Amino acid sequence: MANKLVAHMRLPQPISNLLAARNIQTAKDALSIPEFDLMTLLGVDIEDVRDALARISKVASPPYQTALSLLEERLINDASSGRLPTFLKGLDAVLGGGIPFGVLTELVGPSGIGKTQFCLKLSLIAALPMSYGGLDGRVVYIDTESKFSSRRMIEMGRNSFPEIFYSEGMAQEMAGRIIVLHLTSLSEITESLQQMKLRFLQHEVKLLIIDSMAAFVSGDNERSGSMSRDHLLNCPFSFLKSIAEFSCIPIVVTNQVRGHNNDGTSQYSFLGKDTDNNSEKFMNQVPALGIQWAHAVTIRLIFEAHSGQKFIKVAKSPISPPLAFPFTVCSSGIALLSDDGIEMLGQEINVIRSQGFFSIFDAS
Amino acid sequence: MEVSALPISPTNKEKLISAGYTNLASLVIVSPIRLSRELQISVQEASNIIKVTLQCSGAVGLDGRHVVLRGAQTAWEMFSDEQNLKHISTGSEDFDGILGGGIHCGEVTEVGGVPGIGKTQLGIQLGVNVQIPIVYGGLGSKAIYIDTEGSFMPERAYQIAEACIMDTLESFRFHRKGAEDCHERMQPNYFLANILYFRICSYTEQIAVINNLNKIVVEQKDVKIVIIDSISFHFRQDFEDMALRTRVLKELSQTLMKLAKKFTLAVVVMNQVTTKRTDGSFQLTLALGDTWSHSCTNRVILHWDGNDRRAYVEKSPSLPQASASFSVTGKGIRNAISHSKRVRMM
Repeated sequence: MANKLVAHMRLPQPISNLLAARNIQTAKDALSIPEFDLMTLLGVDIEDVRDALARISKVASPPYQTALSLLEERLINDASSGRLPTFLKGLDAVLGGGIPFGVLTELVGPSGIGKTQFCLKLSLIAALPMSYGGLDGRVVYIDTESKFSSRRMIEMGRNSFPEIFYSEGMAQEMAGRIIVLHLTSLSEITESLQQMKLRFLQHEVKLLIIDSMAAFVSGDNERSGSMSRDHLLNCPFSFLKSIAEFSCIPIVVTNQVRGHNNDGTSQYSFLGKDTDNNSEKFMNQVPALGIQWAHAVTIRLIFEAHSGQKFIKVAKSPISPPLAFPFTVCSSGIALLSDDGIEMLGQEINVIRSQGFFSIFDAS
Repeated sequence: MEVSALPISPTNKEKLISAGYTNLASLVIVSPIRLSRELQISVQEASNIIKVTLQCSGAVGLDGRHVVLRGAQTAWEMFSDEQNLKHISTGSEDFDGILGGGIHCGEVTEVGGVPGIGKTQLGIQLGVNVQIPIVYGGLGSKAIYIDTEGSFMPERAYQIAEACIMDTLESFRFHRKGAEDCHERMQPNYFLANILYFRICSYTEQIAVINNLNKIVVEQKDVKIVIIDSISFHFRQDFEDMALRTRVLKELSQTLMKLAKKFTLAVVVMNQVTTKRTDGSFQLTLALGDTWSHSCTNRVILHWDGNDRRAYVEKSPSLPQASASFSVTGKGIRNAISHSKRVRMM
């Protein structure tokens, strides 16, 4: 809509000529100049400018639909309402069937907690035939940290879906559907996603995983870099969102954590600082990608470990209450210890803890 | 108009002309005292001349009750208008309390907060609550929902509408006066059909839709709330020239404000948070900068306080700064639940 040509909007001829002469060609050009500036630029009356802008706005604004028609559309068209099941009963239940299509889902957690395991399992499920509850499609797995392990994946497949992975040729076919890309820079990702757009549209690819997004930007977490880091990531997240919506596939992205400097970053000026003590005690970690990124994701799952237990927490979701599920990593991937989530109070849901995790090893 | 045509005494007229006041335009800007000195007449006389001049040049006096300047209102008129203004309930009485009854029609209210605090939930809730029929104490109007982030979930809107209908019917169980008429209105599907949903994918579309809202509100007649979730998403990306961004945003907020006043509808604008360096430390603040923070009439910040969600009225011309806790439940926005009822971890 933004790139519609002003010249084809049936504006009065004189204005249309003037706009063309000033190199204002698209709706985007015209609407990102304040009314008054446009008037001086074109040298015409304010009324004419207003009329022209009203006309351009009308053409450039997308049509509305009612929430009811939106709901009905989702019920009929399962491409936009579909879910990728995680095969973790409790988690699927609260997410309304699994990871939703068309939006960004983020996995955050300390290293070694099981994010990659979760991603591997998801790619297997997406590749499975429909009759086994999968999506019967291809998976694009963008591996930025060289953590993808095909051996582990086959092992997971053999343990969780023995009937498929032990039958002749099926393991090869399933694994053959998962395309792994080793990319190391954001521009490479953007470029290869652009190239794959057609494939997305033909519904060949059913899942896109980026593990991990934070790899490009972590490294030194100096405070001074925080602004530019946010800035650097601006471009990909709106791009990813548009890919998700454009092709109606789930996009799963992992995010790392970094140490939290208790300098009041999570406080508003009117709150004072005394409430910070609480988090200091715990020595929390925060997601490596900043707050602007957090606004962009629709679902955020936090993986954390404390009191000798690992948890998956549904930290941000438009449909689920804040719940935590204890889990372990076993040979068939991630398994929930209980399908009934523990309801979390308030901010606890956003806290990422990683201690108590190593004590598991000490004990065993 | 010439001074010679004024209905004043010929001597004064002569004095005026000889002092160089030949037309009215030159006369209306002098003060009576200066005129009296210049023409060597009494102040009383001079002010009479000016009064006559002003009347002839089309200016009108204020007689206390009727201000005839177009578009002007006395404070009293504004007060009585405001008394009649409706509020849109947030679903939580405590939250409504600090807002002075709910979200005000005719004003722009900005709501900000960290991700996951419940901004979108509040937006959906308001879109549903505005539709409660008048016999049940609501506004019985439509809502426009402008979604820039793609976070609107119709399934969730259905849930909230269902719960809202149940609660409304429950609280009005005993007086059924006129309630039968709106039986078919009290269906979740009817509520959803009255939420007009725009999905915006770039800031250009956002500007275009906001410019075009005037027309749509006229077409649809009784729209009483416009929710923009969120105003900042596209503007925080792909806009290089910050000075230009500020001015474009300013113009947007002007358009929204005009819209709110003209149709006495509520405009609720969601904003994201960012970090800002003050006194050597980083603090959370709403995005889009200082100039933008002047643009909205009311500003409400949703934040965490320990384990509670709280709403804080940061800026409002008529309300004291106050905060209240609320919770996001399966039914939507409600009062905070007491802690004892909830399961606590560990």
